[in-house]
Amino acid sequence: MSRRPNPVVQRQADGSFALVLDPRNVEALESLLGELDELLEATPDDPSLARLHPTAYSEDPDRDLAYQILAGDELRTKRRATIAAVRGSLGRSELTEDELWGWLQALNALRLVVGTRLGIDDDERDRPRLSPDDPDVALWDIYDFSTQIQYFVVAALNG
Amino acid sequence: MIAPEEISSPTGDADQETDLPWIVLVWNDPINTMDYVTLVFQKLFGYSKEKADRLMLQVHHEGRAVVSSGARDKAEVDVFRLHEHGLWATMQHDK
Repeated sequence: MSRRPNPVVQRQADGSFALVLDPRNVEALESLLGELDELLEATPDDPSLARLHPTAYSEDPDRDLAYQILAGDELRTKRRATIAAVRGSLGRSELTEDELWGWLQALNALRLVVGTRLGIDDDERDRPRLSPDDPDVALWDIYDFSTQIQYFVVAALNG
Repeated sequence: MIAPEEISSPTGDADQETDLPWIVLVWNDPINTMDYVTLVFQKLFGYSKEKADRLMLQVHHEGRAVVSSGARDKAEVDVFRLHEHGLWATMQHDK
């Protein structure tokens, strides 16, 4: 357990959470969530979004197709609404627990999409040594950034 | 393509199936973090931290765990909520 104060959100005595993320990181998050939303809107069938709508009926392709048609649309609509709510909350100084759950869902969607693009397919997979001009460097930066923020949001909710 | 005689009737077996329990499984994946998965189990199913941790570790070590069960409608809602939270959940008949 880390003793240093949570650099993202801090639980307050009244049960709300103070948003203490520094403005530079708030801006980065805003830009990343904007890109994720564009992806969801423009190219919902993009392979990097596959983990956002997994198979539900693993033993029944017909039922799964029905699930994907009905629930797939709803998942995407709700996810975009969550992302919009998170983006709207970025400028605030105080968040509720429900709002933080929106943060977790949005951050996790971001991690799933970037992780899929990076081809992360193994629990032990760590950032490889990459040359500075490798395009994956930027993706790993986003992945590590969103993992860090998510870690501290989880810690605040657990605290 | 499928030959006409291979197309099964769309009705008939649906009613008796509703009585069979369904199980909801969560599968190990390399992207979701352990503490996030535990927290999601606590939130969605109201499980204690201990139970949620135990299930998360089962997913991590054994590759999957049954996290809930019940009628098909309920199981499908559980799967949907897990998908909303980015977890890799499926449902099937309890065998």
